[in-house]
Amino acid sequence: METNLCVAGFGGQGVMTMGKFLADATCNSTDKKVTFFPSYGAEQRGGTANCFVVISDDDIGAPLGDVMDDLVVMNGPSLAKFLPTLKEGGTLFINSSIVSDDIARKDVKVVKAPVTELALEMGSAKVLNVIMLGVYVGYTEVIDPAVVWETIEHKLSSKPKLLPLNKQAFEKGLELGKSQR
Amino acid sequence: MARVFMKGTEAVAEAAVRAGCRFFAGYPITPQNEVPEYFARRMPEVDGVFVQGESEVASINMVYGAASMGVRSMTSSSSPGISLKSEGISYCAAARIPMVYANFARGGPGVGSIQPAQQDYFQATKASGNGGFQMMVFAPSTVQEAVDMTYRAFDYADRDRNPVLILADGVIGTMMEPVELPEMKSDEEIAAMKAAKGSWACVGHELDYAHRSWIQPGQWSTARMQEVNEEADALYRSWEKDAQAEEYMVGDAEVIIASYGISARIAKSAVNVLRAQGVKAGLIRAVTVNPFPYKAFDRINYDKCKAILDVEMSIPAQFVEDVKVGVKERCPIKTCLCSGGNIMSREAVLAAVKKIMEG
Repeated sequence: METNLCVAGFGGQGVMTMGKFLADATCNSTDKKVTFFPSYGAEQRGGTANCFVVISDDDIGAPLGDVMDDLVVMNGPSLAKFLPTLKEGGTLFINSSIVSDDIARKDVKVVKAPVTELALEMGSAKVLNVIMLGVYVGYTEVIDPAVVWETIEHKLSSKPKLLPLNKQAFEKGLELGKSQR
Repeated sequence: MARVFMKGTEAVAEAAVRAGCRFFAGYPITPQNEVPEYFARRMPEVDGVFVQGESEVASINMVYGAASMGVRSMTSSSSPGISLKSEGISYCAAARIPMVYANFARGGPGVGSIQPAQQDYFQATKASGNGGFQMMVFAPSTVQEAVDMTYRAFDYADRDRNPVLILADGVIGTMMEPVELPEMKSDEEIAAMKAAKGSWACVGHELDYAHRSWIQPGQWSTARMQEVNEEADALYRSWEKDAQAEEYMVGDAEVIIASYGISARIAKSAVNVLRAQGVKAGLIRAVTVNPFPYKAFDRINYDKCKAILDVEMSIPAQFVEDVKVGVKERCPIKTCLCSGGNIMSREAVLAAVKKIMEG
């Protein structure tokens, strides 16, 4: 069993962090193989950013697969760029606060989550990626949500003030993800 | 041992520190900026020295100097930066100075592109500078392997008094994978390694003109220069025993992929897909690309093997030239290539194998 995930959005939306949290949690809590591969180049806030996470029971070939099982899209340009890479029957996770386009493909599952609005309601646009991570983990159950939260907690250990908001964000996402299963 | 999730560049730097590397000089270039960044933070913790040189040329010459003092020393860069270092690398080889450097290769030639590539193969294995010297060159295909190779590279460098190259690429450098880190060499072990170099290194000798340390990247006498080159040649020939390859499902294979580094792990996953479909595919992965594991190609059953498929991220193909030497025209060789910063596609490898099977 191998899952290829692409997370894509604007620079500044935390797409790299979202991928890293997931991959790191997989490394910490399971015997599974996992890779995280960032797009790199002249990345900047407001530009496009994307990363690839592969989680597998066996050795991983390309950390950047030809075909994605799951795709997380945080903005419009990412939808246009990466939707063709999503496999038939794959799952598309959309930041529906920003991406309002109709999904041209009917052969994929769509999970909508208004993560920008939810983050703003919680008081900080910055946690939209943690909400989306919750949605992804809640929907796919790719790994145990508890260990994902432990990883986030560990990563933010030097900034304990951020923990309550992130916990709220992660749990909101989980709930949203599970409800769309 | 607990596994940790690390970026290739940082894992290589940590492996070097654990191997006893206490001097690093480098200069930034994508995709290996985290190597100097990591050393900048880490070296002060172990009483080591980090220098960001004013250029690649300065950095390699600082490594040349530090390694001449018997200190395990390292530099790293990416393709065009490695070209700039080539003069200093040649000097280290001429003076028989042990040091380790890493190339996180990117698209070329020229400034090329900043994305991953395998276009420095000839440079790495045949001519890393002037004068026809050689080095052991290791080609990791996972972050774990990059760690293990870097750790051992310092031992090979010291054994041979010669530079050793870790030939990685932008994927190995920028991707994160779980790794188990090797044991940290103790201060006593590091002191002993330095002391063992006392016969030649500038480690602090009594005033004794006849037995002073004399590091020189050349010889005044042509007779001596030839002798030095003959000694080096004998060393290079002794490496045949050090050649390493991974042979995967080769025994009954009808198509055998020959590859190395990042391309090889992608090719290996293609072999698994093909085997699941009943296609008899196999893989020979060069772990060392110099010395090249030619003998692995003698173990192929050429009665069964229809063709060898060379898979590499270089156009024109380079690795294939060593594959040809190994295969000795015992079967046809086809290629599956990409270049310029594009990453090898498993689908492309699958299609190339199927094309061979269809004849």
